[in-house]
Amino acid sequence: MPTPHIYKTEGLVIRHTNYGEADRILTVMTPQYGKIRFIAKGSRKITSKLASAVDLLTRGQFVLATGRELDVVTQGVVLERFDHLRDSLWHATAGYTVAEALGRSLEDREQHDDIYALARDTLRRLDADAEAWLADPVPQNQAGPTARGWATMRSFELVLLDMLGYRPAFHRCVVCEAALQPVENNGFNAELGGAICPTCSRYGIRPLPLLTLKVLRLVQSTEWHALPVMRLDARTRDDVEAILQGIFALNLERSLKSWGLLGT
Amino acid sequence: MQTTAPAVTALIEEFAKLPGVGPKTAQRLTFFLLRSPADQSRRLADALVRMKEQVTTCTTCFNITETDPCPICASPQRDHGVICVVEEPLDVLAIEKTESFRGAYHVLNGALSPMEGIGPKDLRISELIARVQGGEVREVILATNPNYEGDYTAAYIAPLLKPQGVTLTRLARGLPLGGDLEYADEGTLSRALEGRRAFEG
Repeated sequence: MPTPHIYKTEGLVIRHTNYGEADRILTVMTPQYGKIRFIAKGSRKITSKLASAVDLLTRGQFVLATGRELDVVTQGVVLERFDHLRDSLWHATAGYTVAEALGRSLEDREQHDDIYALARDTLRRLDADAEAWLADPVPQNQAGPTARGWATMRSFELVLLDMLGYRPAFHRCVVCEAALQPVENNGFNAELGGAICPTCSRYGIRPLPLLTLKVLRLVQSTEWHALPVMRLDARTRDDVEAILQGIFALNLERSLKSWGLLGT
Repeated sequence: MQTTAPAVTALIEEFAKLPGVGPKTAQRLTFFLLRSPADQSRRLADALVRMKEQVTTCTTCFNITETDPCPICASPQRDHGVICVVEEPLDVLAIEKTESFRGAYHVLNGALSPMEGIGPKDLRISELIARVQGGEVREVILATNPNYEGDYTAAYIAPLLKPQGVTLTRLARGLPLGGDLEYADEGTLSRALEGRRAFEG
């Protein structure tokens, strides 16, 4: 879509880099223009009116002027800040993963209003979950994610893969195309695009235990608001995460850094 | 055939390696020095060499210094029971300019940024914990930047320091001095309202 000299868009800040004395270069996911980069002049100054609108993982309304190399933001107002996300380490890391996954999987100026809505809704869910978690002192003693937060992230990853055209197959064997039986000895191969039945097990890269398969199928086929609270053991959670990370790493040609740092 | 003197070209190339300096600015800086008195260039060269040879990092607070420990860490006039944790040495300068803080500092050397691969091991976080475990510290002020990375870094450090029984504080957020309320952004204004104080005027 050709962009006019001055244009207005809402967007979600998915990356910012300091530039020069007090400027920031932003990468923003927008519904109309896809992923765009622009400069926010003076936004690192304490007195800058733009500063809060251009902070990472803030959804804002921006007025932009087309520049020679980079467009320049002239006005910005905050639409949503996801404040609770910032107060919980796990949820904040999950927010980073959402931002990094968008940044790495999309090309500039490729319109994806569905992915924009997915990211916005995921951050809203994470924010609400962080608020509930922060309000209840008992779960705060537990390390790691909440059940709802964990399911939200896995749902985000599977829906994003689907929207990008990398939907993994968990109902049929990707080699012989036979319906996958609910047994313990299925396998998985990210390069082949999904699950592998026991008969074709020589193509399997990693085992796919029954509970892991059930969780992946459930999250893939269920709208996030209908997802039940799943109390899973750490091994199954790790297994599901590793399978999804494998698919992302293969398709994006490298792993997302946010995953590895603290563990989402 | 080289038309420009090699010494001039070499200086242009060196300037152009600096952040924010493009080839044109590098040329302008070089020709400015070429036309200015020799003494000015000598002072610049001396300052550069001295900076590289004499500046080191304080092994207590990790601020840049010419002596180890740095003057702040070595000063008996400072309150070493209060540590202000900042991201960069420039933040120390900014806080020192206020003349309102008499405690000590701890420079983290950046902020956590999972997307850039900057993790806890890249910052001076374990050194901060060791320092607090030393027992002298009563309060730790988490003065990381008021943005996502700064909040994230503070959220990472806080649970590590809590078991040590120190008071943890965060810098207040609010309105800059001398501004008009109507120009304040919503985020700052709402934080300023949350952090309002009793008026004793």
